[in-house]
Amino acid sequence: MSPEAAPAVLRPARQPLPWDEYLLRGLFGGELVLVVLVPLLALSALSLNGGVTGFVRAIVAPTALRALWLTLWTSLCAATINALLGTMLAWVLTRYRFFGRGLLAKVIDLPFSLPTLVAGVMIVALLGPQSWLGSVLTAMGMPIAYAAPGILIALLFVTLPIVVRAVEPVLLALDPAEEEAAAMLGASRLQTFRRVIFPSIRGAVLTGSIQTLARALAEFGAIVVVSGNIAGQTLMAPVYIYGEVEGGELGAASAVSTLLLLLAVVLLLLRKSLDTRVRRV
Amino acid sequence: MSEAPDHRQVPVGGEWGLVSVAAGYVTLLVLVPLVALAVSVVHTGVGAVLIELWQPAARQAWLTSLLLAAIAVLINAPLGVIGGLVLVRHKFWGRRVLDVLVDLPLSVSPVMSGLAIIAVFGREGFMRPVLDVLSLQVTYAFPALVIATVFVTLPFVVREVGYVLTELGDSEELAAATLGASSWQTFWRVTLPKIRRGLGYGLSLTLARALGEFGAVLMVGGAIAGKTGTATTFIYAAFEERREGVAFGLALMLGLVSVLVLTAVESRHRVRKPL
Repeated sequence: MSPEAAPAVLRPARQPLPWDEYLLRGLFGGELVLVVLVPLLALSALSLNGGVTGFVRAIVAPTALRALWLTLWTSLCAATINALLGTMLAWVLTRYRFFGRGLLAKVIDLPFSLPTLVAGVMIVALLGPQSWLGSVLTAMGMPIAYAAPGILIALLFVTLPIVVRAVEPVLLALDPAEEEAAAMLGASRLQTFRRVIFPSIRGAVLTGSIQTLARALAEFGAIVVVSGNIAGQTLMAPVYIYGEVEGGELGAASAVSTLLLLLAVVLLLLRKSLDTRVRRV
Repeated sequence: MSEAPDHRQVPVGGEWGLVSVAAGYVTLLVLVPLVALAVSVVHTGVGAVLIELWQPAARQAWLTSLLLAAIAVLINAPLGVIGGLVLVRHKFWGRRVLDVLVDLPLSVSPVMSGLAIIAVFGREGFMRPVLDVLSLQVTYAFPALVIATVFVTLPFVVREVGYVLTELGDSEELAAATLGASSWQTFWRVTLPKIRRGLGYGLSLTLARALGEFGAVLMVGGAIAGKTGTATTFIYAAFEERREGVAFGLALMLGLVSVLVLTAVESRHRVRKPL
């Protein structure tokens, strides 16, 4: 049978765009435009109410700038730490057979199942000033809750599963024959990891880290209870936005929001373009 | 999809070090705070927490959260299935744009979602004149809570259904169509049974997120006690008022409910996939 004859017989004749396809697209597209696009555009428009100068002035206000800087560096720290430790966790989960492996996988997933406010409350329960450990640490002059270390712990907690989940499927799909071949040819285990395994998982580690960064920049629930929200010191950008809205300063809040929104969109597009490239390989 | 063969080996020598570091890190980061929360709740007394739960403002908060979760499920079930089908099966101009828009609610801060809704319906919002004519109160009232919840839960069903649709392909649908089934019949008899697993998991994610959403409902609702409070904003208010015992107890309960919702539906055969 000639190859081009078969699909023509099996595939039903494709009708030129039946009305129900238009209806489905319209329903879904309409929902997205009304619920997601219009509000986010309205937010951006609100930030430009005072013109471009008003926007810039709102961003460079000392409290706003400090909050943005704190958010950026703690999020970058969280993304870097997760890139390393997340890859290690994925490696341990996919390569070794040990007692408690299933439990380890479940615990790694737990932060994803918990509301982030609850995650923050858990950290305060352990390290807050009212707790035993927190009072000891404060007495030693090393407070963790209501300080930068507490913020970092909260970010690491809520983003824990992301890199692990991104790298795990890639590690599982690797062909063990390649590693065996490398070992047979005399490569050390470190060389095998660097030359054979790492090139395959690099894309997944990168997309996972980008997603971690985006997630950390957006975090609110866990941060608002852990950071103590001292303006200029431990006030994170999302909490700053909340505070400004509470104080009636919609202009300042929407300017910082729009900046973070642009950053979030850039990170999302970056992740998506990497994703399609990784999948195609 | 066939299960890949298990190449896992028992760790030897230094590999035990790697496994111990992994287990130690996860224990310190996740399990120790969890135990600390549980211990402090036991210290306060579970009975005291349950009594707090029955106070009028607490009751209103819990009921509001449950109602919001139910509404989110009702809206996301049909529209999420439609979204998954449209994104995976249809080819048209603008599909890529919709594909990015779906992911936005999970990429922006809940605080920004809240402010975006305020920018539409709030004091300075462009819909304000219309709302005034209809004398409708949206922000700082129940409708804003619904909009915020739908906003933040929108991607889950779309993504889970889309994932299953991509995995399973469309050969069965084509077979059904070849045998003369209408598109409606094909949907009910072939597609829906196929995507049931993805739909179920997407809905449980929706439910858990709706119950646990905090930033967006705090912003648009203002957490007015007895009116626009939700489970999360009630916990936060208790925390702010230094009633840590109550806050800890309710947080532990909310966490348990959320984990139960997600594990009850999660199938044992589900593939672990990127978030």
